[in-house]
Amino acid sequence: MADLSINFAGIRSPNPFWLASAPPANSGAQVHRAFEAGWGGAVWKTIGAPVLNVSNRYGAWHYGGQKMLAINNVELISDRPLEQNLREIAEVKRAWPDRAVIVSAMVESKPEAWHEIIKKIQDTGADGIELNYGCPHGMSERGMGSAVGQVPEYCEQITGWVMQVAKIPVIVKLTPNISNIVMPARAAVAAGANALSLINTINSIIGVDLDTLELVPNIGGKGGHGGYAGPAVKPIALNMLSALRTDAVVSQSKLPISGMGGISTWADAAEFLLLGANSLQVCTAVMHYGFRIIEDLCDGLSNWMDEKGFKTIPEVVGKSVHRVSDFKNFDLSFKAVARIDQEKCIRCDLCYVACNDTAHQCIDLIAKDGSVVAPGAYDQRSNGKEAAVHTRPMVRVREDDCVGCRLCFNVCPVENCIQMVEEPSGRASVTWDQLTQKQREVTEDWEKMKAYRDKMGIHIH
Amino acid sequence: MNENAAWTADREALKEAFPPLTQHEALVEATRCLMCFDAPCTHACPTHIDIPKFIKKIYTGNLRGSARAILESNLLGATCARVCPVQELCEGACVLGSEHKPIAIGRLQRFAMDYIYGKGVNVFPKPTPTGKKIAVVGGGPAGLSCAGELAKRGHEVTLFEKRNLAGGLSTFGIIGLREPVEIALSEVNMIQKLGVKVETHKEIGDNLLLADLQAKFDAVFLGLGLGATPNLGIAGEENILDGLEYIEQSKMSGHSLKIGKNVVVIGAGNTAIDCATIAKRMGAEHVTMMYRRTASEMTAYPHEYDFIKKEGVRFEFLSQPMCVHAKNGVVEGVECVHMSLGGKDASGRPAPQPVDGSHFMIAADQVVKAIGQEKPALVTRLNLKTQKGYIAVDENLQTSIDGVYAGGDCIRAVGAASTVMAVQDGKLGARAIHERLVGRG
Repeated sequence: MADLSINFAGIRSPNPFWLASAPPANSGAQVHRAFEAGWGGAVWKTIGAPVLNVSNRYGAWHYGGQKMLAINNVELISDRPLEQNLREIAEVKRAWPDRAVIVSAMVESKPEAWHEIIKKIQDTGADGIELNYGCPHGMSERGMGSAVGQVPEYCEQITGWVMQVAKIPVIVKLTPNISNIVMPARAAVAAGANALSLINTINSIIGVDLDTLELVPNIGGKGGHGGYAGPAVKPIALNMLSALRTDAVVSQSKLPISGMGGISTWADAAEFLLLGANSLQVCTAVMHYGFRIIEDLCDGLSNWMDEKGFKTIPEVVGKSVHRVSDFKNFDLSFKAVARIDQEKCIRCDLCYVACNDTAHQCIDLIAKDGSVVAPGAYDQRSNGKEAAVHTRPMVRVREDDCVGCRLCFNVCPVENCIQMVEEPSGRASVTWDQLTQKQREVTEDWEKMKAYRDKMGIHIH
Repeated sequence: MNENAAWTADREALKEAFPPLTQHEALVEATRCLMCFDAPCTHACPTHIDIPKFIKKIYTGNLRGSARAILESNLLGATCARVCPVQELCEGACVLGSEHKPIAIGRLQRFAMDYIYGKGVNVFPKPTPTGKKIAVVGGGPAGLSCAGELAKRGHEVTLFEKRNLAGGLSTFGIIGLREPVEIALSEVNMIQKLGVKVETHKEIGDNLLLADLQAKFDAVFLGLGLGATPNLGIAGEENILDGLEYIEQSKMSGHSLKIGKNVVVIGAGNTAIDCATIAKRMGAEHVTMMYRRTASEMTAYPHEYDFIKKEGVRFEFLSQPMCVHAKNGVVEGVECVHMSLGGKDASGRPAPQPVDGSHFMIAADQVVKAIGQEKPALVTRLNLKTQKGYIAVDENLQTSIDGVYAGGDCIRAVGAASTVMAVQDGKLGARAIHERLVGRG
């Protein structure tokens, strides 16, 4: 069995899964129960400035009968008294010495306010501190949260204040509500932070009620942007994690990164690890199903690691980072075409309509006699399951015309029915970058491009 | 139990078998639909309802649009949602059927239909009147479908129905647990709202003459259905109840229907199964279905056969009644003979032959026959050309008389009679009549 334990900037935990700083980690009783369920750590819900909350805090996006593909919230940082939070943090840490107890903090942008809160947190015996520069609603209107995270200079300045008094590891949590995630990360590195975490929630409006025309959720007739999280944000989080892992400044700093944003299953977790996350934080999935999901997060991850021969988490971390690149470095001569397994095909024709209407028109409907037919070609008087099933044409890819866009692969509802098959293109490997360097004119002039394509045998469909 | 309580209990015993889908169930089921392109379910449906389209509309919460998508192709969508042999049609062709569970298309269709009938929504806009008059004879599915389709196109349609209520077999002849009377009547009501004038107690050949209709109307559509249940030609026949009447009584006045203790149902078609179900559910101790061939030749759909076996009905295959024994009108038993199967007969099925000396008795106090219906009796009197005893029609469903069209069971010389085929005939007949009267469109 794989060893799931981690050492994150000196913070140890028996597995890489921490509750993210959010409602699940709002109180000592909750964190206590989470640890009983097996969570490796918890980032306490942000403590700091005094707040009051509203009701109807959460909106959710449901899709196709699946509840809560994403959640959005306008809940603020902890509204429980600071002293009570600090006392419970100390109690939990005393009761669970082997778990990671990290405290998220956010106060007014003044050095003395930050110094005070950091010292108070350290007095609890907590293992680390996370600086909340991400909260996109409410707190940002008061100059905190994402108002800090969106300005690299503020990020650096405040992190600097924190580092003046910090004796335990400090994690800077980044907001995704920014055009280049690398900038605030570099600022945190420059200020001497011990680690980074991302992503916080994304600005969002979940929807409008079509009966009342009110926003969802409705707060006394009004609504507004809230933080978006859950399975739907995972691809955005993976991209931002990769952006940090491939940035020269951030990678040179060797700072560990705690990854989060839509982690719901062990498979999501593995992807975050492969793209360079050293620990993992989870919120929405817990809010949907409760603390019990930790069992499969650990069990599934461990089984996958065993199958792949990974013995420890650090062996997995960053294993796919070297594959992250930019378009200009992709091999223009790499060729893949779609192939449909006729044995598996259930004849739903979703690939056909997707290709024909929106891609490159390279899938044909083939009748029993081998001829290409149009959809709906049957006699209108024909009916019954026998006629419908037995006269239904098969779908076949004209591989010579297939550009390998992979749309059909994505819409096919049958596992492994459509495969993208690598085919030799007969051309030497070349990237756009190389082409720009060697034959710049081809990349700047359509006539030259045409001549190049003719010479190389590249047909456009 | 007093009479009212007994009636309530009987209604309960024969109440619609499937509960309506809840909104959540419908959404989950609609979500499972893959939205196949050029979908095989649509091909398999005799009326070619665009099934992925109406299911997607359930998914998006556009129930009015969903119902309209169904009604565009099939005006009797509420009946078909209940009585169609979906296993043989749309659901049988569902691409998820091979390895998974097919989409419950029938029940989703019912969900959309129940919505508009529940809300009393009219989905079709009022058409511009064409000034053309059409007579539709017969208020069963073919006639209703034809009348409704023509009214939608702006024609003035009068539908003549020989009974007190329209709806045909949907109203009278299909067991209540599959289709309650109210459903059939709500469809009649919808057809009337489209502008069709329904005249009941009007029977062709009796108080209605084809020649008069031809003179007064621009075109005529005949949806006459079939004739009576044929005679078995056996002694004691007068003691045998008619299957269709048995079903009708259970639907229209259940408390007056006396159920025997030991009921024998002769026949193995879908009507016979309905009769056996009624007998069993309304209190018979033993119900036996008797058929002269075997399970492989029976005309009931396989899913109906599975259903009735689970109801606890016994089968007496390869048996034929010879005589019904009765004393003072009280049935005491059926004398039968065993059969063996020989070469193929005219219907293409193995011909049953009595086995000498194999007579036996089955105790019974009630005998019901459901052995199909006779060919439409009126046909020859109307001077219409026939095909195997059914009304002969051309590609456009026009009979041998110019301007007189026909559809439904009365033309079903080939293939099995079914509600949905009748609906399609009505639709195609209406299209042909419309083209004849005002040209394409």
